Amino acid sequence: MKRRTLLASAAMGLALAAAPAFAQDKPKIGFVYVGPVNDGGWSQHHHESAMKMKEHFGDQIELIEQESVPEGADAERVLTQMALSGADLIFTTSFGYMDPTINVAAKFPDVKFEHATGYKTADNVSAYSARFYEGRAVTGYLAGAMTKSNKIGYIGSFPIPEVIRGINSSFLHAKKANPDVEMSVVWLSTWFDPAKEADATQALLDQGVDVVLAHTDSTAPLSVLEKAGGYGFGQAADMYDYAPEPRLSSIIDDWAPYYIDRVQAIVDGTWESHNVWQGIGDGMVGIGEITGPVPEDVKATAEQMKADIAAGDYHPFTGPINKQDGSAWLAEGEVAEDGVLAGMDFYVEGLTGEIPN
Amino acid sequence: MDPVLLVASIMVSATPILLAAIGEMVVEKAGVLNLGVEGMMITGAVIGFAAAVGTGSPVLGFAAAALGAAVLSLTFGFLTQYLLSNQVATGLGLTLVGLGLSALVGAGFEGVRAPGPGKLWIPGLAEIPVIGPMFFRHDFMVYVSLLLVAGVWAFLKFTRAGLILRAVGEDHESAHALGYKVVRVRMAAIFFGGACAGLGGAYVSLVRVPQWTEGMTAGAGWIALAIVVFASWRPFGVLIGAYLFGGVTVLQLNLQAAGANVPVELLSMSPYLITILVLVVISARGVHGAPGSLGRSFHASA
Amino acid sequence: MIRLEKRPQPSRLWTIVTPLLAVVLTMVVGGIMFALLGKPPLEAIRTIFWDPLFHPQFAGYSRPQLLVKAGPLILIAIGLSIGFKAGIWNIGAEGQYIMGAVCGAAVGLAFYPSESVLLFPLMVVAGALGGWAWAMIPAVLKTRFGTNEILVSLMLVYVAENILASASAGWLRSPEGMGFPGSRNFKQWPAVFNDELVANTGMHWGVVAAFIAVIGAYALMARHIQGFNIRLTGEAPRAARFSGVSPVRIVFLCLGISGALAGMAGLFEVTGPAGQITIDFNSGYGFTAIIVAFLGRLHPVGILLAGLLMALTYIGGELAQLMLGLPGASIQLFQGMLLFFLLATDVFTNYRIRFAKGELA
Repeated sequence: MKRRTLLASAAMGLALAAAPAFAQDKPKIGFVYVGPVNDGGWSQHHHESAMKMKEHFGDQIELIEQESVPEGADAERVLTQMALSGADLIFTTSFGYMDPTINVAAKFPDVKFEHATGYKTADNVSAYSARFYEGRAVTGYLAGAMTKSNKIGYIGSFPIPEVIRGINSSFLHAKKANPDVEMSVVWLSTWFDPAKEADATQALLDQGVDVVLAHTDSTAPLSVLEKAGGYGFGQAADMYDYAPEPRLSSIIDDWAPYYIDRVQAIVDGTWESHNVWQGIGDGMVGIGEITGPVPEDVKATAEQMKADIAAGDYHPFTGPINKQDGSAWLAEGEVAEDGVLAGMDFYVEGLTGEIPN
Repeated sequence: MDPVLLVASIMVSATPILLAAIGEMVVEKAGVLNLGVEGMMITGAVIGFAAAVGTGSPVLGFAAAALGAAVLSLTFGFLTQYLLSNQVATGLGLTLVGLGLSALVGAGFEGVRAPGPGKLWIPGLAEIPVIGPMFFRHDFMVYVSLLLVAGVWAFLKFTRAGLILRAVGEDHESAHALGYKVVRVRMAAIFFGGACAGLGGAYVSLVRVPQWTEGMTAGAGWIALAIVVFASWRPFGVLIGAYLFGGVTVLQLNLQAAGANVPVELLSMSPYLITILVLVVISARGVHGAPGSLGRSFHASA
Repeated sequence: MIRLEKRPQPSRLWTIVTPLLAVVLTMVVGGIMFALLGKPPLEAIRTIFWDPLFHPQFAGYSRPQLLVKAGPLILIAIGLSIGFKAGIWNIGAEGQYIMGAVCGAAVGLAFYPSESVLLFPLMVVAGALGGWAWAMIPAVLKTRFGTNEILVSLMLVYVAENILASASAGWLRSPEGMGFPGSRNFKQWPAVFNDELVANTGMHWGVVAAFIAVIGAYALMARHIQGFNIRLTGEAPRAARFSGVSPVRIVFLCLGISGALAGMAGLFEVTGPAGQITIDFNSGYGFTAIIVAFLGRLHPVGILLAGLLMALTYIGGELAQLMLGLPGASIQLFQGMLLFFLLATDVFTNYRIRFAKGELA
């Protein structure tokens, strides 16, 4: 008997397995991470948010996780195995999982997928992403206000729109606080390499920079700043261990509200595919407590900015803004469209250097 | 760009690969190719970190790192020297083991702060303008790494033990015929190489970054292997190589920070191309670059 | 005093017994490790070794996946083993694998969006040539200047990785990728998508090529005069030279074969399972294949089995993570242990253990 089912499933393969024949009553929620769950950054934060979600639902749901899954061929297999194991909803938490997610989702129409930071969707694939540039506006402002050398630095990973948005948003708001500010950008071509991140921080300091914003995952920049002097920010996590100095504040990825919301939709049977981009107002982007020697008035302005963005009264990309070459981008009072932001591949006026490639 | 700061940064950034490379050079001089440097470094990084946190002493941390990684390297030694397994495959296996083991040992140390060694100003010399801040205001491990290079040089050149080690690496059959204990010499070299790699790893987790994160050595061990080749197995070549390899990264980052457009990929591959060039030049001159018995198993047929 | 005595011929019995012994030892020590991590050891072992093959829920999918995962490992390892037999140590297969993928993909993308049936074969040839050319660098340097091929081929891996980085972020980047690094996805381009030839079997062209390579290598080494020359060069280089075997020819032959096979593996992988050129599509197959080659004792059939065993631990490890929540690192350590035990027990195949009085050496 057992052997027969075995052969049958082998013969009919995915078509048969696609039917959630093994699904249990409890919804099974899967998470796939690109790094180890204790990487101190991106994957750890998704994992922690998943744990909060699990705490919220308790025994109502079952949670399965898989860490350190390389993007590409391995991701597709891992996702398929997860779907076969009876998962009802799978969160794929790295940009590189986009195509694998779409491919696997096509084979499992009854399993729902949620892909982070991508742009492709399907009937059973949602895309979700955070408006980190809203948070970058606040930290950029603080950086501009706190620099004494008028030089701030930005450690970028890859020249993708998300990072370029962050650079532009930080710079524009640093300038609001300090019109003389200059920003140096260093590209590392990696999301995670603590030693290289540390070297980059040191290189920026050596060039006279005294406030460093990082768009890579580890706490290495803060460790270096703590030792060598200068200010920085928590990235992805609050990194409150480094408060009050060198950490001034932080941009926190808080996926938990979204995860709870989406899992609830599965429990209720109301899940539908969507493509969302949530910011401070929705709670997906958090700003950590402002610490260190930030003057009261600066702190008040920053907090006001955060409140205005959250309430939708202020958009970090509000004209007049020119592109780097001096051509006009946004007119007075004009607000950037999401479509343009999603594919942002240019610097704003005042930034020096070129975007690689 | 301030050359003083640049040189000082390069010295810090190059120290882990210098430590690992000088150890690997001794191993290769004895005729053993241990590709597991990355695995030994990451093991040293986690053990050093844990020990420094536990004891509150960075010096003890470094000592524990050296010992831990050296003990790990003995598994490689046992397999390759006594069980005559292939060195390339065993070295790759050692990397797997080291990466996995370190992640398990290190769970729980993320986000913990370890005591780092303070700066050690060399009396007198540190006060010299320009030269002082460049070379004489570092932590003690930077000086240890330089002393190790000089020590290895003197050991290989002037001591009888060094001569035996080189003989074993050059031609193990003849060395054996002369009555030298090939396997024991090689085990000692492997142990030393492991200890150095461990120090290098601990330098990453205790000084350069300083924190523990899984996989944090991020390929430094492989660079150390390249440096040994670049150096054509000479201690001072290793010194130059480490500072060149470390220097290219630091220089590249500094150029970017200063606003220059740099072809990052081209610059990052340049040290390896230079290494190949060096290899070609030394072999074209007819000099035997690599130790004669490098990578070959030795079995004493009675 | 324990002493090793070289057997005149590798023991047939021990050739079969040692892998089993190694697997058993790994299970015991690995089980202890899993127990220390607070996981049920027997269940973990069963999940890794048994479930990918026989689990009612997964096996239908994971059995074919074993072939997908093992295919490139076997294809590369076969090429490497031929060189290793001749004493030519190409450890830069990772670089040849990358260059094959990049060259093949570049040729294909140059004709985008052609639907010609000739395009895929052309890409395979370009991939093989890319890998071959990359392997020719150490070959030329070795024969011309006597430069050590281990080191040159290893250095070229880093160069290839940088070329891959610049290709995926720059000149091969998909124009429709919203500025993200990564080439066009070949899975969405039917003319060149290296899909399964028969649904749910895992058999794509790369796996087919791996099987052909196994048979070809067997025929070459066992039946062909060049195979004999290769083995002779490895076992007795001087004797080979006296009998008229050109060492230069052997170097070119061995590095050429291993480079071309690695390059082809890269192309099959990037047009198939991986789907696109990305900065880290390679996932270290070129290095893992070295392990596979040695686990297979450099014998074509052994490599076939070793590749499948390696794939089993990968997929079983994934299932163990999924179902038992084992940390990813413990799987890595488990694989390392398996490798160590396999290498350690191999000594019994080639040597006899003797208990002698006193030290003869």
